Amino acid sequence: MLSVRNLINTPSLTRDDIRQILDTAATFEQVNSRTIKKLPTLRGRTIVNLFLEPSTRTKSSFELACKRLGADTLSVAGSSSSVVKGESLVDTVLTLDAMNVDMFICRAKYAGSPEIIARTTGARVINAGDGKHAHPTQALLDLYTMRKRFGRLEGLRVGIVGDSLHSRVVGSLVPALRTVGAEVTLVGPATFLPAAPEALGATSCARIDDVLGDLDVVYMLRVQNERLDGAAIPSVREYAALYGLDARRAARMRPEAVVMHPGPVNRGVELTSEVADSPRALILNQVNAGVSVRMAAIYLLLGGESDVVSD
Amino acid sequence: MSYLISGARVVDPQVDLDRVAGVLVGDDGRIAAIDPSDDEVRAADPVVIDGHGQVLVPGLFDMHVHFRDPGQEYKETIAGGVRAAAKGGYTDVATMPNTTPVCDTGTVVTYQLQKAAEANLARVHPIGALTMGERGEQLAEIGDMVQAGACAFSDDGHGVQYAGIMRTVMDYVKQFDRVVISHCQDDSLVGKGVVNEGVVSTRLGLAGWPAQGEEIHIDRDIQLSELTGCAFHAAHVTTAAGVEMVRAAKERGDDVTCEVCPHHLFLCEDDITDAYDTNFKMNPPLRTAEDARALREALCDGTIDCLVSDHAPHATHEKQVEFERAPFGIVGLETELPLVLTHLVNPGLMTWQRLVEVTAVNPRRRCRLDPVRIEVGGEATLTLVNPHDPFTVTEDFLAGSAHNTPFIGARLDGRASHAFVCGHAILMDGKVAC
Repeated sequence: MLSVRNLINTPSLTRDDIRQILDTAATFEQVNSRTIKKLPTLRGRTIVNLFLEPSTRTKSSFELACKRLGADTLSVAGSSSSVVKGESLVDTVLTLDAMNVDMFICRAKYAGSPEIIARTTGARVINAGDGKHAHPTQALLDLYTMRKRFGRLEGLRVGIVGDSLHSRVVGSLVPALRTVGAEVTLVGPATFLPAAPEALGATSCARIDDVLGDLDVVYMLRVQNERLDGAAIPSVREYAALYGLDARRAARMRPEAVVMHPGPVNRGVELTSEVADSPRALILNQVNAGVSVRMAAIYLLLGGESDVVSD
Repeated sequence: MSYLISGARVVDPQVDLDRVAGVLVGDDGRIAAIDPSDDEVRAADPVVIDGHGQVLVPGLFDMHVHFRDPGQEYKETIAGGVRAAAKGGYTDVATMPNTTPVCDTGTVVTYQLQKAAEANLARVHPIGALTMGERGEQLAEIGDMVQAGACAFSDDGHGVQYAGIMRTVMDYVKQFDRVVISHCQDDSLVGKGVVNEGVVSTRLGLAGWPAQGEEIHIDRDIQLSELTGCAFHAAHVTTAAGVEMVRAAKERGDDVTCEVCPHHLFLCEDDITDAYDTNFKMNPPLRTAEDARALREALCDGTIDCLVSDHAPHATHEKQVEFERAPFGIVGLETELPLVLTHLVNPGLMTWQRLVEVTAVNPRRRCRLDPVRIEVGGEATLTLVNPHDPFTVTEDFLAGSAHNTPFIGARLDGRASHAFVCGHAILMDGKVAC
């Protein structure tokens, strides 16, 4: 049993919660490698995938996770929902809730939306990314991927490179890493760093070359083109030169160090193809872990205990 | 109707008054006697109000409220707004001009005064806009509004972005002997900020509103006040550094004053949790605990001149949305005095004299209103305060139309029991007169 009703963000998770989710995900990973991947575990349960802003990767991953657990799913997208007709989030949720659903999985443009849903409904809520705030299942699948590679999380040194200020991943990944005893440095120009990295439990550094040789995990964030309007960086070209991970830079990493990325990758900007496709890169491992970790979170929140696959 | 307020401690530093006294209010709306003789009382045949254990002060004046009328009456009306004022013990308020249309002509001033006269509770003193539509581009018809009765000028809700425009505004306003009230906000720094930049913006993934976005305008407008000689008043200061700028300007002898809101005194950014409660969203935002402490000290030591609520009503459905989408602002008229009693006056951090200065004397002087003094022959505009009448803030306690306040549920020490505007009772035993 987890200590939380909903998965809104990682600071509310205990170390034991995280361990339970990762251990359960490991069991589901076995299931996901079978020919028949579907379990009857959540048969008859209804899950709403409420995606109020566009998402392909996260939405697909959650949908597969729900389906493989045998739940009935209902997808409500921002573009087709009444939200665009001016209905408030509260009313949208009340309407769906009146149809007796067990869980809301929500991706939203605005920070705090999952909290509003949790206050509005008796159903369980998983945050699939809210504004620039949090993306807890991404953080958990990242932890899963790191643990699988290194066999541990405690003591790992993680550098997160790029636009931390506008990243919902950072808001969840840093606290989760701190909870399990890893160290985190945010790397990027000050225009890309949050005002108070220490509030998340991270240190910060402007130059990637100052920390690269010490890191176990180099976690590259996507440069979002829409952020360039505010002149946070002068050009993609300069950013790639100062912060991009190419083969020359990657050669200075520790031998066992890995490269991770929440996707989608801007090849040639934060990562060159040489690095993105190298054995160091765990990018597809992350995607693969995503389904298992999301299955674990859904399963545990909907009241599952151990003995997941005793079918 | 005549009233005798008996047994209350009467405090008015303007006339060096601080003692227990009976105050007889004549049916002409003036103070007929202080410590009246039995004959005087018999002749007046007054309604007697037992003021024992209470404090009688000049009627309170809040020089920064939003009543949304005309244009957004679904949020609040002047009729509803003056009920909130009366409930809070306020006999006078000054309304900010960001209505729809903006109060940038004498016509809107006249409309607001008329609506307030019809409501016949707290008096309303409209503040006119500095620029047409509060767009910060072109002078509003300041002279027209002065003639209609505008008490001060402000583009509250928006910072005037260009220093050159602000200079023109101050040059122009000066001839009318009115104060320019500046909402200090540099949009190029503040952008889409919704909470203080720092710990809370990082923790909640919300866009930050840096303190410097406010302080740069305070500094700029103090300098423009020196350049033009126009009286300048900084609205809702929130930071220790901003207060320091005002303190230094005063030491130089500038005609500069400022005000503070209860939420910036008694709340801070740490109160904004991952519940994303939109009743903690106001502009300027809640700052650090250190800033709040500096503001409390500055209010008590005389650096901050006025206490104001920035009473900002919004409809319930407007606040029941995502934090980033919610409008800024909270209501405060009903809770303003109780909060200051609870946190400053009763604990002995602020004297009653100081309370009267920041809630009655200084705001009237700044808005060029006649002083209200507790003296024989003076207008009987009075507030009777019961500092020890504990209560819990509930939606029912609020008398205005809106309930958007983070102080719902707060246990507070005391509140206004009675209030009179020129001898007309607007609050009796804690109830707003109909």
